[in-house]
Amino acid sequence: MKDKRILLSHGAGGKLSHDLVQEFFLPSFDNDLLRALDDSAVIPVESSRIAFTTDAYVVKPLFFPGGDIGRLAICGTVNDLAMAGARPLGLSASFILEEGLPIKDLERILASMKGAAQEAGVKVVAGDTKVVEHGAAEGIFITTAGVGQIPDNVKIGSAQAKPGDAIIVSGPLGDHEIAVLMARGEFALQGEVESDCAPLNGLVEAMLKVCPDIHCLRDPTRGGLATVLWEIAASSKIGVVIDEGQVPIREQVRAVCDLLGFDPYYLANEGKLVAFVPEGESDTVLKAMQKQPLGKESAVIGKVTAKNPGKVLLHTPIGGHRLLEPLSGEQFPRIC
Amino acid sequence: MNPLPRHDEGKLAPLLLEKIGELADLPMRLMEVCGTHTVAIFRSGIRSLLPQGVELISGPGCPVCVTPAGEIDRAITLARRDGVILATFGDLMRVPGSSSSLQQERASGADIRIVLSPLDALQMAQDHPERAVCFFAVGFETTSPAIAAAVQEAKRKGLANFYLLSSQRIIPPAIRALLSGGRVKIDGFILPGHVSVIIGRAPYLLISEEFGLPGVITGFEPLDILEGIYMLLRQREEGRTSIEIQYSRAVKEEGNQHALAILNAVFTPVDARWRGLGTIPKSGLVLREGFSALDAAQAFDLPYEEVEDPPGCLCGEVLQGIHRPPDCALFGTRCTPEDPIGPCMVSSEGSCAAYYKYGRGDEGK
Repeated sequence: MKDKRILLSHGAGGKLSHDLVQEFFLPSFDNDLLRALDDSAVIPVESSRIAFTTDAYVVKPLFFPGGDIGRLAICGTVNDLAMAGARPLGLSASFILEEGLPIKDLERILASMKGAAQEAGVKVVAGDTKVVEHGAAEGIFITTAGVGQIPDNVKIGSAQAKPGDAIIVSGPLGDHEIAVLMARGEFALQGEVESDCAPLNGLVEAMLKVCPDIHCLRDPTRGGLATVLWEIAASSKIGVVIDEGQVPIREQVRAVCDLLGFDPYYLANEGKLVAFVPEGESDTVLKAMQKQPLGKESAVIGKVTAKNPGKVLLHTPIGGHRLLEPLSGEQFPRIC
Repeated sequence: MNPLPRHDEGKLAPLLLEKIGELADLPMRLMEVCGTHTVAIFRSGIRSLLPQGVELISGPGCPVCVTPAGEIDRAITLARRDGVILATFGDLMRVPGSSSSLQQERASGADIRIVLSPLDALQMAQDHPERAVCFFAVGFETTSPAIAAAVQEAKRKGLANFYLLSSQRIIPPAIRALLSGGRVKIDGFILPGHVSVIIGRAPYLLISEEFGLPGVITGFEPLDILEGIYMLLRQREEGRTSIEIQYSRAVKEEGNQHALAILNAVFTPVDARWRGLGTIPKSGLVLREGFSALDAAQAFDLPYEEVEDPPGCLCGEVLQGIHRPPDCALFGTRCTPEDPIGPCMVSSEGSCAAYYKYGRGDEGK
């Protein structure tokens, strides 16, 4: 089937649909819970609380340096669970395929999902596929949902930040959005920035092991760091002070931002987290993070204050300060 | 781009600020002409560091902001024509015309594409010979040489489907108009670094010679801006008024003669309308006769219709430094970046957008 494409008949529920599932989807995600092929997967749960989340994935182009829509669909949902402190138990994946999608693209996306699921140690336990007419989608849309169980001693939430908390990010910001922007080729930009797309549940587990009392965890996806900080400041009714000189941003990302007039604090990330950690435990958590492959470049970037509740204040390298507001609309490149 | 590692900024800034403080015994109102300076000043928190007497006011140097609504309407009319691809810089997308914006037109099905360079639009014309690719040329002297080069290249290649809707402007005539108007008190100018890379120092001499004011051509890093401010204060201290270059690592006395030659070969100055400033003599650029076949306004018969400013909007006064954005009753209430009424709230370099995004309140001072 190497040069073949998705046909509307692949979605008609007959032999071709069956073949598509048997030939491509089942081998990619094979596990005991999925293999039963019942209407629902049945998952045993040990803890008293579960986390439950869903996300739809659309990205252009489907493949970009450092990832693709499949990797994004696994990591995004795993990360949403991890940000609640939950250990992922299982994911579902629904596919909307556009008539004409090359089967080899589908294979590549499924292989990438399989790889990401293995990295995260999570099973895809349920799925669905529909095919729509050519032009009604852009190649492939994926929706994943996930459930995870939350250890009883973990109480993470956006309203939990306390004055004195240290704010830690797990590495340089903005790589994902800049990588996708460059892969789109619209701006004739070329560079070596790769998306940071990765499952963060392992990193979170290592953090919770040394500090079960982490107050807030968020992954700064669309809207970036600025939006996450602002939302936590509003929910927890605290002030946030960020030391701009400590915020890790790659030189290439900074250069593209300078060129386009973008602010890196609003760029999307797909493999970074922001943690609000109790005052006395920031060193322990930072060290634990830096030992993890996805946390090597972690840094403390600021702290929580009782002053200025609901506001995010940025101290600039020259000693000035300014407010950081959430993103409004989308960032458009400027003229000169 | 950055001349110094970031950690050095933290060491050098206090030294410059101390020298600024020593010279700031009397009030001084400085206008940063360029929108890129406005944003850099807010982003680096310079306003929070300057002594009280030194006041910074934003000027007319945001190309999106000074483009009249009538010219946006003309681009919209063009984008609606069959077979047209309108190529535009990104920050024009949201600017309101009289009843729509390019962003709304794109959502309604017009083929409007964002480019970073006029050469991208030229490539688009080569890739789509069956379509008319029209580049909405908005910008100052910084961008005009590249646009001129694209026009020359289109002519050389004999491309019959590449057009220019020119809405380009030049900075020095606007400074003269601002000072002649006498509506705003300015004690000195932080002059735009990028524009000056092209035009050099001479075009600004009118500031010192006709109006007896100092000016410093300044770079965009926080330390550049602090040094530019210090140089302006020092001129006052020494009783001088001249045009100096702080941004000497990029700006030459004579500018970029090669770029200017290309610009002058393709474009010729005409009287142009500026939002807020009215019609300014010889302040716009249109295609010279030899290139008029590429003029979209002629080829597509696009007449200009005057559009009244939205009621209550103070963008005109803000662009002249007469009012600050928060003085406008619409600011932050009916006019926000999500739902802008005036153009200064639209562009990332507009002063209303910068005030809204970075400057509301002085918490933590």
